[in-house]
Amino acid sequence: MKPAAFDYYAPDTLDEALAVLAERGDAAKILAGGQSLVPLLNMRLAKPEALVDINRLRELDYIREENGWLAIGAITRQRTLERYPLVRQHLPLVADALHALGHAQIRNRGTIGGNLAHADPASELPAVLVALGGELVAASVAGQRPLAPEEFYLTYLTTTLDPTELLVEARFRLPTGRHGGAFLELSRRHGDYAMVGVGVQLELAPDGTVARAGIGLCGAGPVPIKATEAEALLVGERPGEELFAEAGVRAAAQAEPESDIHASADYRRDMVRVLTRRALRLALQRAAAADTQ
Amino acid sequence: MRHVARTRKQAITVRVNGIEYEGQVEPRRLLSDFLREDLGLTGTHVGCEHGICGACTVLVDGRAVRSCLLFAVQVDGAEIMTVEGLARGEQLHPLQEAFWEHHGLQCGFCTPGVLMAAYEFLRDNPNPTEREVRENAAGNLCRCTGYEGIVRSILAAARKLQADR
Amino acid sequence: MPKWIGQPIKRAEDPRLLTGQGTYVDDLRPLPVLYHAAILRSPHAHARIRSVNIERALAVPGVVGILTPQDVLEMSDPFPVGVETPVRYYATATDKVRFVGEPVCVVVAKDRYIAEDARELIEVDYEPLPAVVDPERAMAPDAPVLHEDIGHNIACHRSLRYGDPDAAFAEADVVVSQRQVFPKYSSTPMECYAVIAQFNPINGEYTIWSNFQGPFSLHPVTARALRTPENKLRFIVPPDIGGGFGIKSSMFPYIALIALAARKTGVPVKWVEDRLEHLAASSSNTDRVAYMEVALKRDGTILGMRQKLIDNVGAYIRAPDPGCLFRPLGNQVGPYRFQHLAVEAYAVHTNKSLTGPNRGYGCQHLYFNIERLLDKAADTLGLDPAELRRRNLIPGSAMPYTTPTGGIYDAGDYPATFEKLLELANYARLREEQARARAAGRLYGIGIALAVDPSVSNMGYVTIAFDRKLRQRPGYQAKSGAAETGTVMVDARGNVTCTINTCPEGQGHETTVAQLVAEEFGIPIENVRVVADFDSNSRAWSIATGTYSSRFAAAGASATLLAARRVKEKMRAIAAHLLEAAPDDVVLEDGVFFVKGQPDRNVTFRRVAGVAHWNPNALPPGIEPGLQNTSVWNFEHAVAPDDQDRVNSSQLYGFVGEIVAVEIDPETGEIQLQHYYSMHDAGRILNPLLVEGQIWGAVLHGMAGAMYEEMVYDENGAFLAGTFMDYLCPTAMEAPPLTIGHVEYPTPASLTGAKGVGESSSETAPAAIANAVADALKPLGIEITSLPITPSKVWALLREARARQATGGQP
Repeated sequence: MKPAAFDYYAPDTLDEALAVLAERGDAAKILAGGQSLVPLLNMRLAKPEALVDINRLRELDYIREENGWLAIGAITRQRTLERYPLVRQHLPLVADALHALGHAQIRNRGTIGGNLAHADPASELPAVLVALGGELVAASVAGQRPLAPEEFYLTYLTTTLDPTELLVEARFRLPTGRHGGAFLELSRRHGDYAMVGVGVQLELAPDGTVARAGIGLCGAGPVPIKATEAEALLVGERPGEELFAEAGVRAAAQAEPESDIHASADYRRDMVRVLTRRALRLALQRAAAADTQ
Repeated sequence: MRHVARTRKQAITVRVNGIEYEGQVEPRRLLSDFLREDLGLTGTHVGCEHGICGACTVLVDGRAVRSCLLFAVQVDGAEIMTVEGLARGEQLHPLQEAFWEHHGLQCGFCTPGVLMAAYEFLRDNPNPTEREVRENAAGNLCRCTGYEGIVRSILAAARKLQADR
Repeated sequence: MPKWIGQPIKRAEDPRLLTGQGTYVDDLRPLPVLYHAAILRSPHAHARIRSVNIERALAVPGVVGILTPQDVLEMSDPFPVGVETPVRYYATATDKVRFVGEPVCVVVAKDRYIAEDARELIEVDYEPLPAVVDPERAMAPDAPVLHEDIGHNIACHRSLRYGDPDAAFAEADVVVSQRQVFPKYSSTPMECYAVIAQFNPINGEYTIWSNFQGPFSLHPVTARALRTPENKLRFIVPPDIGGGFGIKSSMFPYIALIALAARKTGVPVKWVEDRLEHLAASSSNTDRVAYMEVALKRDGTILGMRQKLIDNVGAYIRAPDPGCLFRPLGNQVGPYRFQHLAVEAYAVHTNKSLTGPNRGYGCQHLYFNIERLLDKAADTLGLDPAELRRRNLIPGSAMPYTTPTGGIYDAGDYPATFEKLLELANYARLREEQARARAAGRLYGIGIALAVDPSVSNMGYVTIAFDRKLRQRPGYQAKSGAAETGTVMVDARGNVTCTINTCPEGQGHETTVAQLVAEEFGIPIENVRVVADFDSNSRAWSIATGTYSSRFAAAGASATLLAARRVKEKMRAIAAHLLEAAPDDVVLEDGVFFVKGQPDRNVTFRRVAGVAHWNPNALPPGIEPGLQNTSVWNFEHAVAPDDQDRVNSSQLYGFVGEIVAVEIDPETGEIQLQHYYSMHDAGRILNPLLVEGQIWGAVLHGMAGAMYEEMVYDENGAFLAGTFMDYLCPTAMEAPPLTIGHVEYPTPASLTGAKGVGESSSETAPAAIANAVADALKPLGIEITSLPITPSKVWALLREARARQATGGQP
C-alpha cells in the first residue's frame, strides 16, 4: 500500500500555487490536509502525476468575522475552527458537525477547504455549508469567483472547480436575532462518515415565527442536499412539533439516497425524516435557551 | 517554492524527540516509513495505512496526526515526537506508568499511537470526563483490550498528571 | 497464602512495549540486506488464468524477480488438507483464481514502493467464470463448481449421531426449529501478517521469521508444500506479536509463498501484509447456515437436538478447518444435560476468502445456534428464558461429567454459577425495568447466553472430519494429545531464566510464568526472567506447540511449572546433601532450604545454585552438574476419537454466563447496550488483571460480530468490506458498559488449576446480544435469526412488523 511516484510542488504563496496549477492543473491533485487524498494515493486509487501541496500557504490559514459573515481560509485546520470561540459558543450547528467529522487526530490535519472540495456527499461540512447558505471562493491566475454550493457540487467526489482553480475560502452569513442550530447524524461507529446527517439553522422573528430556516443533508444523495421544500414550509410559521414533523417528511422527499453495505436507501430516506424533525426540535430548544441567557 | 521531480530525492531535516536527523526522501515516501525504516524508530507502528486505525499517530509540531497520511517531505523542518520520546531516560512518563498499572495494553501494537493521541489530549484537556476520554480514544483501534484498560489508564494518567502539577 | 499467584502483578512485557522498544517481525533486520515483496492478487471471484506476462514488470529498475503460478507448480506441492476430499490448494492460484484477493504472483524488489510499481505492470489474462458465495447455493447440483476435479463444492460432510435423537423427537411434547445465519468476520489483529524468508541453496535450508502463533502442527503442513524435511524449515518468532486471536494460525500459506519467492529470486525476502490484503485474503471464521431443532417436554426439559450445520470455508479448505465444525464437538451440548443429538455437518467451498480459527473457533457459531434456539423454545413454552435454562443445566454434583459427544467436563458448578450471574445482573429487577419500559411503549430487551468454554484442543479432534470407517482401517495413523513444553534454568547466582515456546500475542505469558516460578522457588519475581521468542532449531517443541484454543494457562504454564518443580527437586536433593539431611525432610521457603522443624539448619537457594554450577564434584552421587530442565506437559484425556465419533475435543471446560440489556430506538433502529453482565469460571485465576483483560477483549470481539463487523460479498463474489472504513471494528465509543464476575472451580487436569479464558465471551456475546435484541422486538412478533444486527436491518424489521400489524397480522 504505497503511493505511485509523483512530482511534488510546495508553493509558498498563493500566486505560486495558482501558477503551478495553471501549468499542470490537469495532471495535478491539490494536497491540503491529505486525510482523504493520501488514503486514495496509498491504495493507488488515485495516481496523479503531480501533487501541489498547499500547506505552506499561510495566507489561506485564517478565520475572519467581517460584515456579518464568517470567512474561513481554505487551509484552516478543522480543529482550529472547532475551537474557535464564536463557533463553540454560538454556532452549535458547526461545532456539532465538526465534532462528528472523523477523530481529533484527523481534524488536527484535515482542512476546511480540503473537506469541502473533496465533495464526499456523506461528509458533514458540505451539508453545514448548505444549511447556512454559505458560499465558496475559487481562485485561479485569471482571478477569483464566488460559487454557491448548489453550483459547486456536481456529483460524488466531483465539483465544478476547474483543474487550474483552487478553493481558497468558504464563508457564511452569521445568523442574527434569536437563532439555534443543530447537526445530528447516524453513523455505524463514532467518527465514521454519516449514513445520514442533517444540519439545521433556525432564526426566529421577534414574534416567535421562523424568520429563516436552513436545512442541509449529507448521506442523502450524490451531493449535499439543501432541503428547500422543508425550509419553505418553516418560514413564517410558528415552530412546533407538527410543523417539524411535516418538515421532516418534505426533507425526506427531497433526498435521493442510495443503498450500500451499511444502510439501505429506504432507511436513509426515513432517517432524513426523523433526524430533520429531531434537529429542528433541538435547534429550537437552543434558540430558546439563547433567548433566556 | 519547493519542487521535487518524482525520480529525485529531497534532503530534509527533522527534529525527532529532540534529536536532529537528516534524510534523503523521494516525494512519495510516507512519514511512517521514514521514521521506521530510515531513522530506525520502530516504536511507531503501521496498522492500516489509510488513516483509520491510528497506530501510527505521532506529534508533528505538537499535534497528534497519522504519520501514514503525511509525506516525509512535508515535515522538513518540523518538530516530531514519537513514543520513543515519552520517557525521560529510565523514568516512564506518567501516561506510560498509568497504562502499566491499569493494564492499558496487551499486544502493544496499537499502544504507541494510543499514547501519543492521549498525550496531546491530556495536554489540551487535563481534567476530562470518561466520555471525553472515550471520544478521543475512538481515534485508535485496539483489538485486545476492549478499550476498558485504555480508558481506565487515561483517566488515571489525568489524575496523576494533575497531582504532579 | 500465595505471594505471586492470584495477584494483579503488573506485566513484565509492558515497559518495553510502552516505550516503543518491542520487537515485532517488521522491526527485525536479521540479515544485512532484505528485499521486499508485493503480491499480485486476483481482482476476480472466479476466473480461469489464461496467461501471465511479467516482462514489463521485470524490466522495472530495482526488481529482482517475480514468482509466478508456473513457478509455484514446479517448486511446491499442494498443502495437505484435513479432509478426505483431494483439494489442491497451492500458495498461489495455479489454474484458476477462486476468490478476490487470491495471490497470483509475487514481485521481489529493492523496496516495497518499487515492488508495487512493478506489480501494476504484470499482465494477467483472465477468463471470468460465474461465482457462488452462498454455501447452500453452492451445494446445489447446478452451482458453479470451484474445483472441477472434485466435481462438487462439498469439502466435507459428516453425519454424527449420539444417543437416540429420533426417539427423543418422537417423544417430545414440543419441537422448536429455526434457520439461522451466522456471519463471516475476523478479529483482524492490529499487526498484519509479516514474513521474512531466506533460502540457503547450499544446504537446502529455509529460515523463516514470522508472527506465526502456532499450532506447530501447521509447520509440517508447510514443509510438505515446500517439499522439504521438517528439520530444514526453521521457524523463528520474535517475542512480540501484535495480536493473533487465531487469525495468525492461518498465515502458513504465506510463509510458504514468501519462502518460494526467496528461493526463486535467490535473495532474502520480506513481506509485510498491508491492511487491504489482510481484510481480503488472510482469514476469518466461516459464515454458517444452521437448521436447528430442539425436542422438549412441556415442562421445558430438553430431550434432544438436531443440528444441521453448513459452514462456508471459502475457496479452499485450509487446515485446521473443518475445525470450525468439530473443534467444539466435546461441548456440542453446551451446559445442558440432554443425551440425544444428531449433527449433520458440511464444509462447503465458495468464492469467498479462506477461513480458520478466529477467537472462539466454532463456539461463537455453536452458542448462537443453541442459545437463540432455546430462547425461541422458552417463548414457545411460555417460560422465562432463565427458567428454561435452569431446568436443563448439568448439576454440579455430576462433575466430572461425560457428554454424549465424548467431552469430559472437568470441574464447575453451572447451576450455582448461573444463579450468581442472575444475582450479578439483578435479573428480577431488569425484568421489572423491562415491564415498565414496555408499558411506556419502549423497546427494551434482555438476553441470556450460557456457554461451556473449551480450552486446550485435543489434536485428535480434527480426525472427526474423516469417516469413522476410515479411522478404523488397519494402518490408519491416529492423532491425539495436547502437549506443551517449557524450560527452566537456574544460574549460579540463583537467578532464573525460563524459556517458553508458546509464541504469545499479548496475553502476558512472560508475567504469568514469572509468577508461577517465583512462587515455586520462593524467590522475588524480579529474579525470574522469561524468554518468549521461538526458534524451531533450538527449542524443544512439538506438534501442539503454540498459543491457540485458550491453552496457555493450563498447557504452557503447566509445562514450565513442571520443569521448575523438577529443578526444585534436584536442588532439594543437593540442599539435603549439604545439610546432611534426608531430602524428604528438607523444605524450601522464601528462598531458603531448611530441615523441617530446624530452621537454623539451612542453606540458601542461591548457595545451592552456586554449588550446582561452581562445585559439581561436591554434589551427591548420581546428581548431574547444572540446573536446568525441559519438561513436556500432556493431558491424559486427550485421546483419539472413538469408533462412535466421540472425542474429548478439549481438555478443560470453563463456563461463561452473560446477560445483556438493550434498548432500541423505535425510529432509527439504533441498539443501545444498557448493561452487559459477564460471569466466568476460568478455574484458578493466576493473575486477575490478565484475566479481566482477556474478557474485556473477548466481549468486544463478540459484540463486533453481533453488531458491526462482517466480510460482506455481493452475489458475484465482489468483496465489499475491503478497508477499515467498511469493515467496522468497534471503537472505545461502542464498547459496552461491562460488569464482570468470577467464580473459581480449579481444574484437576492442569498443574496450575487454571482453565482458558482467552476466548470466553467471544463465544457468548453474539448470542447474548441477539437474544436481547430479539427480546426487545418480541412484542412486535419479530424474530432475530441472523447477524450482524444493524440499525438499518432493525428498521426494516420494524417496518415489516408494523405493516403486518396494520393488516391485522397477515404477512
